[in-house]
Parts: sequence; structure tokens; C-alpha cells
Amino acid sequence: MNWDMDYAIDIFPDILEAFVKYTLWVTFLSSILAAVVGLLFAIIRFLHVPVLSQVITGFVEFVRSTPIPVQLFFLFYVFPDYGILVGATTIGVLCLGLHYACYYAEVYRAGIEAVPKGQWEAATALSLPQRYTWQHIVLPQAVRIILPSLGNYVISMFKETPFLFVISVPEMVFVAKELGAQSFDYVEPLTIAGLIFLAASYPAAVALRRLEKHLGHA
Amino acid sequence: MATPDTTTRHATHGGAVHGQPLIRFDNVVKRFGDLTVLDKLSFEVNAGERVTLIGPSGSGKTTILRLLMTLEDLTGGYIWVGDQPLWHMRKGDKLVPANQKHLRDVRKQIGMVFQHFNLFPNMTVMGNLIEAPIRVLGKSKEEASEKGRELLERVGLEEKADAHPTQLSGGQQQRVAIARALAMEPRVLLLDEVTSALDPELIAGVLGVLRDIADTTDITMLIVTHEMGFARDVSHKVMMFDHGQIVEQGPPDKIFSEPENDRTKAFLHAILDER
Repeated sequence: MNWDMDYAIDIFPDILEAFVKYTLWVTFLSSILAAVVGLLFAIIRFLHVPVLSQVITGFVEFVRSTPIPVQLFFLFYVFPDYGILVGATTIGVLCLGLHYACYYAEVYRAGIEAVPKGQWEAATALSLPQRYTWQHIVLPQAVRIILPSLGNYVISMFKETPFLFVISVPEMVFVAKELGAQSFDYVEPLTIAGLIFLAASYPAAVALRRLEKHLGHA
Repeated sequence: MATPDTTTRHATHGGAVHGQPLIRFDNVVKRFGDLTVLDKLSFEVNAGERVTLIGPSGSGKTTILRLLMTLEDLTGGYIWVGDQPLWHMRKGDKLVPANQKHLRDVRKQIGMVFQHFNLFPNMTVMGNLIEAPIRVLGKSKEEASEKGRELLERVGLEEKADAHPTQLSGGQQQRVAIARALAMEPRVLLLDEVTSALDPELIAGVLGVLRDIADTTDITMLIVTHEMGFARDVSHKVMMFDHGQIVEQGPPDKIFSEPENDRTKAFLHAILDER
């Protein structure tokens, strides 16, 4: 097995471009979707909103019990049947975002429940409106508690973006594989892709551990 | 101490503004599942009156405060604050269960200080004092801050405005919590075992602040405490509870020195022995 440096240098920009344009971008958008939808799920379940709570509980169980590629295929082939024509990348973001929203919802729930009951009671005693209590008292405290777990899920979502190749999203691993197929040389492109993943997720994990420590001591 | 003569005031309520009942429990029932904590409890507290609720744990004292603060749901009966029912709204000449807005409006007149302070740890001391006056009473930030500084001075913590609650001792936190409750300018202040979670050397400071408030304002107070000396000094009336019923009530000198009811005697005996 030979390592062809010239070839490696040649293909590096293409792989990096796919990383930034798709892998990072999809992770970013999916994280935001997961954070927002997960919070909605958590609040609806916390407030025991009738019907909606049960629907969400069922949805969460379904999503958590099925693998991401199956969910991707499902959306990719079923959406068009209902006249919903969206690009593969959008489907990828939707799928990862909703998938992780279910995990986020659990994290939020734990965080919200970790805020002492006395905080709600003090807010009631001051006649503060519900919305204000959520926004300015409960959630800021919950976020402090859950930030490390949310960060861990972002990193794990990041590492699951290659699943998007099943619906042909040109993310980094897909591009690396294509390059390999063109040159019959898979070692360089896939190694580069692996190293880029490592270079991105390792420092993120270290930073997260620092943050965890910082929040724990504060 | 120049305590107004409330024995007669209570005896002759009606007439003068201060003689009006401000809090009225009318056949109040509170059940937690199968457990009945309050069973058709009725009593009144006049405007400006300071009443201490004593009794063994589980006798319903704290539940009374929590019902007034709407932290627990009412099972039955009526609670009146002034001429408004707290848990009900008038609809024609009937009383129907209150909605959130009504609850908020009526309970604005009531403030509460908790055993565990419950300050908001994500805000500064000043933030704790001004947020509710701004959001709920519609005060300007300047106005609320001015009042906040005044209150901090009053509880002896003017230099702590920018500190976070976690940087304060328990006693200081409780003094901030008292200031926070007062910032809402309530007509009624509920004190729920406010010194029970404090180290002994910090209790005097908190009680000092409360004595000062009692001396200088005519705010109505309902106090649940095990500090009998404090109760004796500041309250106009002491109510002894057992199993959700008032077994004896009267001026503190009478209740503490010559209790008539056997359960009151036994309770005071147990409390004083403990010291």
C-alpha cells in the first residue's frame, strides 16, 4: 500500500470543500433544528399538553428505535409521493434535526426538572408571567445544566452526517468515496476524510470537557 | 415596643379601615389525595394585623400560606383577599373558578418569603429585586432600581447589589428575599419558616430585619415560625393549629404564658424543651 502525497495534496481541497459546505453546514443546521424542536417537545411534555404530549411521546419512541439510514430512505422516497419535493440536503437536515430533537428533548426535560421547584414558586409569588418564568428563570438555569450533554450530541450528530450518503448528499465521505472510485485509490481520500473528522471532533470534545468543568465549578 | 392594641382591634373589626378583615378563610378544605390537611377551616386576619401560626408539623400552617400564595390548589371553600375571592371570580352573582389572570391580579397583593430563600441564581441581587416590579407592576427600570437600593439599605446589604446570590451567606440571601418580596409592595407578607434553614448565628440578623419591618410598616403578616421569642414580640395574635383546626388563639402573652388548651400546652412544652 503506497501513500501518494501528490495525489493527496491534489484532492485535499475538494474533500475540505465538501466538509465545509455539507458536513459542517448540515451539522450546524441540524443542531439548530434539534435544539428548537427538542425544546418544544420538552415544554409540551413538561406541561402535559393533552394529545400533543402523547403524539410526541410516540414519535420520540419511534425515532429512537429506528436507525438513521432507514429514516433517511423513508423521507427521501416517501416525501415525493405526497408531492413534497425537497433536495436531498434538506431531507438530511430534517432527518438528523428531528432525530436528534428526540434526544435533545430528553436532555431538556432532565435539565428543566433539575431546576428546583422553589424557583417556580418564587416566580409565582412575584406574579411573574409563565412565559417570563420560562425564558428568564428556568431555561437559563436549565441550559447551564445541560450544555455539556447538548454539546456531546452535536459531536455525535456531526459524526453521523456520513449516513447522508445513502441519499446521495455530497458530504465529505461521499466525495472521498467518489474520488476513490475515480482513481481506484481509496486510501488517500478516505484517510484525509478520517483525519478531518478527527481534527474537528477531538478539539471540540476537549473544549466541551473544559466547559463542563467550568460550569461544574461555577 | 409601641405595638398598637390589636386585641381590641381584632375584637371590634369593622368600622376603621384597619379593623377590616383583609384575609378571610371561609370553610377552606385542602386535601392531598386521601389526606385531609384542612377541613372547613374559617378564620380572619385584619388589615395591619400580624398573626403567627404555631402548631406541630403537619398541622396545616404552611398549607395555609401556600394556598394564599396559590402554590397549592384549593379543594373547597373560599379564600377572600379584601373584597375579592382569591380562587374564584364573580360571574353575575355566582362565584366560578378563577382564571390565571384573576389569580395573578389578586395575588399581586400578597408576597412570600420562603424557608429556602429561592432567589434566582442567574440574576444579580439587584436583578432579583427589580425584575418583578418592572414586568408585573410596570415600573421603569430607574424607579425599580431606586426602590431596590432603598430596600437593600433597609436590610443592610446596600453593598451587595451587584453580587450573585451564591456569593452571599444564607442570612444575607434571606434578607435579599425579604427585600424582593417587599419590592412588590404587597399588602400581605407571608413568612414561611424563614429562619429554619439558617445557621444559628445568622438567625438574629434576619429576625432583626423583620422586626424593623413590623415596627415601621402596617403590612399584614402571616408568620409560620418556631422562633417563639420573635413571635411573641411582633405578633398581635397567635393561632395554635392541630390537625388543620385552630385549637386556641389569642394575644401572644396569653397563648405563651397561660395557654388553656392541652395541646397548646404540650406543643409549647415540647418546643421550649428543645431549646
